[in-house]
Amino acid sequence: MPRAISITVNGTKHSSEVEPSLLLVEYLREKLLLTGTHVGCDTSQCGACTVLVDGQATKACTVLAVQADGTAVTTVEGLATDGVLHPVQRAFQTQHATQCGFCTPGMIITAVDLIARNRKPTEAEIRHAIKGNLCRCTGYQNIVRAIEAAAAETQAVTGVEVRR
Amino acid sequence: MTITEHPKYIGMRVMRKEDPRLITGTATYTDDIVLPDMVHLYFVRSPHAHARIKRVDTAKAKKAPGVVAVLSGADAAATGTLPLFVNVPGIKQSKHFPIATDKARYAGDAVAVVVADSHGAARAAAALVDVEYEPLPVVVDAEQALAPGAPIIHPELGTNLACTYPFKGGDIEKAFADAEVVVKQRLVNQRLIPNAMEPRSVVAKIDGNELTLWSTTQIPHFVQLFVAINLGIPQNHVRVIAPEVGGGFGSKLNVYAEELVVPFLAKQLGRPVKWTEERREGYLSTTHGRDMVHDVELAAKRDGTILGLRARTVANMGGYLQAFAPVSATILHVFIVPGAYHLPAYDVEVKAVYTNTTPIDAYRGAGRPEAAYLIERMMDRLADEIGMDPAELRRKNFVKPDAFPYTTVSTLVYDSGDYAKALDKALERSDYKGFAARRDETERRGRYRGIGLSSYVEICGLAPSKANAALGIGWGGYESARIRVNPLGTVQVWTGTSPHGQGHETSWSQIVADQFGIKPDDIEVLHGDTLESPGMGVGTFGSRSLAVGGIAVHKAAQRIREKLILLAAHLLEASPDDIVFEGGKLFVKGVPERSKAFGEVVFQLYLAANLPDGMEPGLEAIVYHDPENFTYPFGTHVCEVEIDPETGAVEIARYTAVDDCGVQINPMIVEGQLHGGIVQAIGQALYEAAVYDDNGQLLTGSMMDYHVPTAGDVPSFTLDHTVTPSPVNPLGVKGIGEAGTIGAAPAVVNAVVDALSTLGIKHLDMPLTPERLWRAISEAKPMEVRS
Repeated sequence: MPRAISITVNGTKHSSEVEPSLLLVEYLREKLLLTGTHVGCDTSQCGACTVLVDGQATKACTVLAVQADGTAVTTVEGLATDGVLHPVQRAFQTQHATQCGFCTPGMIITAVDLIARNRKPTEAEIRHAIKGNLCRCTGYQNIVRAIEAAAAETQAVTGVEVRR
Repeated sequence: MTITEHPKYIGMRVMRKEDPRLITGTATYTDDIVLPDMVHLYFVRSPHAHARIKRVDTAKAKKAPGVVAVLSGADAAATGTLPLFVNVPGIKQSKHFPIATDKARYAGDAVAVVVADSHGAARAAAALVDVEYEPLPVVVDAEQALAPGAPIIHPELGTNLACTYPFKGGDIEKAFADAEVVVKQRLVNQRLIPNAMEPRSVVAKIDGNELTLWSTTQIPHFVQLFVAINLGIPQNHVRVIAPEVGGGFGSKLNVYAEELVVPFLAKQLGRPVKWTEERREGYLSTTHGRDMVHDVELAAKRDGTILGLRARTVANMGGYLQAFAPVSATILHVFIVPGAYHLPAYDVEVKAVYTNTTPIDAYRGAGRPEAAYLIERMMDRLADEIGMDPAELRRKNFVKPDAFPYTTVSTLVYDSGDYAKALDKALERSDYKGFAARRDETERRGRYRGIGLSSYVEICGLAPSKANAALGIGWGGYESARIRVNPLGTVQVWTGTSPHGQGHETSWSQIVADQFGIKPDDIEVLHGDTLESPGMGVGTFGSRSLAVGGIAVHKAAQRIREKLILLAAHLLEASPDDIVFEGGKLFVKGVPERSKAFGEVVFQLYLAANLPDGMEPGLEAIVYHDPENFTYPFGTHVCEVEIDPETGAVEIARYTAVDDCGVQINPMIVEGQLHGGIVQAIGQALYEAAVYDDNGQLLTGSMMDYHVPTAGDVPSFTLDHTVTPSPVNPLGVKGIGEAGTIGAAPAVVNAVVDALSTLGIKHLDMPLTPERLWRAISEAKPMEVRS
């Protein structure tokens, strides 16, 4: 039986009827057509589907849409504010942290979450934080550099709600 | 052959033009495509590795909710068979239907397909397809598949041996007769699963006579060819688009079953059709890589001079020969075995073998990582045997810088190189001299420490078309480019290459910008769409894109530049020799005020009112560049590891790579390619292996069971480079896409074996997992304490 849910995605409230078996990632991709969030596996290993749920990095393949009822979700499409890229997005370009781009949205979201919790992460802390996000192209080195660069610019971070 | 004079953008760390869409989530990958009235495919795949298909009953599935159609292999046989691009002598090719008709030959072989109005409905109905199997004896190991009495995968071929590929050079008998030392080693290059982050996906729609196909492919033009041929649609009515493609590494370098079945059904049903692989499905049905076993003997003098090498290799091909599969095992492997060394004699023979496993095909490096691993492990075995420093042994045997172009015993002609220079730089950057002190410090902490080198040469720039033909590769190795400068001065470049993370939009813009004196941002690079591109593009694989496709772009730009020079000389009343392109203008050398804007000159070509006699209006060029030779990048990697004797865990303590890919167009992209390649090789050396049980079930069948390296598994690397331009192309470029993967695995394994050499350990096979090392350490009797 479909159930009514209401989720605020990237600042816009969406009320829908969904099947209880629908995953949050399917809801985002198929119902809202927010295809920036990717599906790279079926065992919750790859992290390509990572989004912020109430400010916390969450693999959207591990959450049912009905479980996200009443939450605020931020996807990669919602990170830029008024056309200005989030510092993590900018750093992913300047540090060449992106190759094929498929892991990039999930990786960026995880980095946003990390920097919100830890303004000055060490390399080891960064590597630990992104362990649940697989990348097959970059070897992670420039992703680590990008997160360091974004953290250094962290004072400029605005518009991301942090739940403590 | 001149390098572009005064390059401005070539060599610059230009930020990637691809990135804005990737970092904002606005890029379109194949699975992102949603079309009205679209239906979804789900394949029923054999749970048996080898079984006769006695009956496929689709009746129940057809009645399930949302189901539109259900097809068995026989129902889909009109798609024809999948192509093989290789015709090496004596090759035995089986028929390969997209959906098996008679037998399943590996666990995951498709036996039926369900079409429904949603992915979920198709998946649910797939469970209702009733297939009656008669299980047959299974063989998963290639050597066992050659043994008498082994189950025959393709009875009509009468054997599991797909081909034998021998090559001999020099006097191998004399080499071994003259040898003062012979080292023998069996080396296992284990099976790997590529794991591009984007699963494969295919979407097709039919509009009247027009078929449009989107696919996660590295070779859209080949997909177009075979969709047209197999489905009987005129080629001009088949448009293939490789939209954003999320990594490939060879696993999207094929004409896959799904790329024929999806358009076949779109045509039959008159509705758009989508199939997207589930990751676990991909582990079974997307090609794997490597899986070769080598028995090697290296003959040498006691002073370290190598005399000859003999290798007998058995390569597992899986249940069918996929498009390029035998190439990795044969052509791309056999000839490059001598590596960076002057090897007077060699004798290599490869047997490619069918087994009941997922088909093998190219995986990043494709035959060359196996070759580099072979020679670089053997060099370390020899160094150990004669008590010589591995760096000195390599230096002693290197092809010398004045020997280029150098013809190897395997008849390749190495274009250029200075192997000792890269080695020296790597030794310096890695503080090779300081290793002993670091080892002592580590051992005081109760851990082992080792250092390992790898000095590789690889073969890139695939390929001169005549070489392809001579070697048995069924298509030319050229690449195409088309440049159109529109009347208002905008520049569009179409390339036959098909990037999936390599940044061609950026690098190709840099090449063109230097020819036209404009900015890379003023140039649009388009790829992966057969509609407006040149008639044929060969695609992106084998580190070929820059050295072949980039050169095609460069030549097309030069052709346009030459026309602009003649027109500008005419308009500015100057000599063509004096026309300079800079800052968006064409001007007379030394007289910058005598100038025309780039767009103004272009506009004149379309206005056509004042052109020199005989000049055609318009400004467009199409080039097919066929390279004159391969290119041979090289380098030295130095790895240092620490091993915990209690757990067997390996930590990479330091990693230094000095690579030479000739002239670098965008060093930022070069470094990124190396980082990723090195981690893939570390994955092979330490973590990754596809494991089958005796029944042909893939035990490492998901990302939970197969260890793709994470950020926590690897360190940051120290990279440096030397630049030895290639003389075989006008930009002096060589290629870098696979170098990291080729160079790194032997360096890591050499380091681990070095660390454990004090225990008398001479060799260990990959992956060097904690368990494998713990067992080796536990079983070894400590030989002596290092003094």
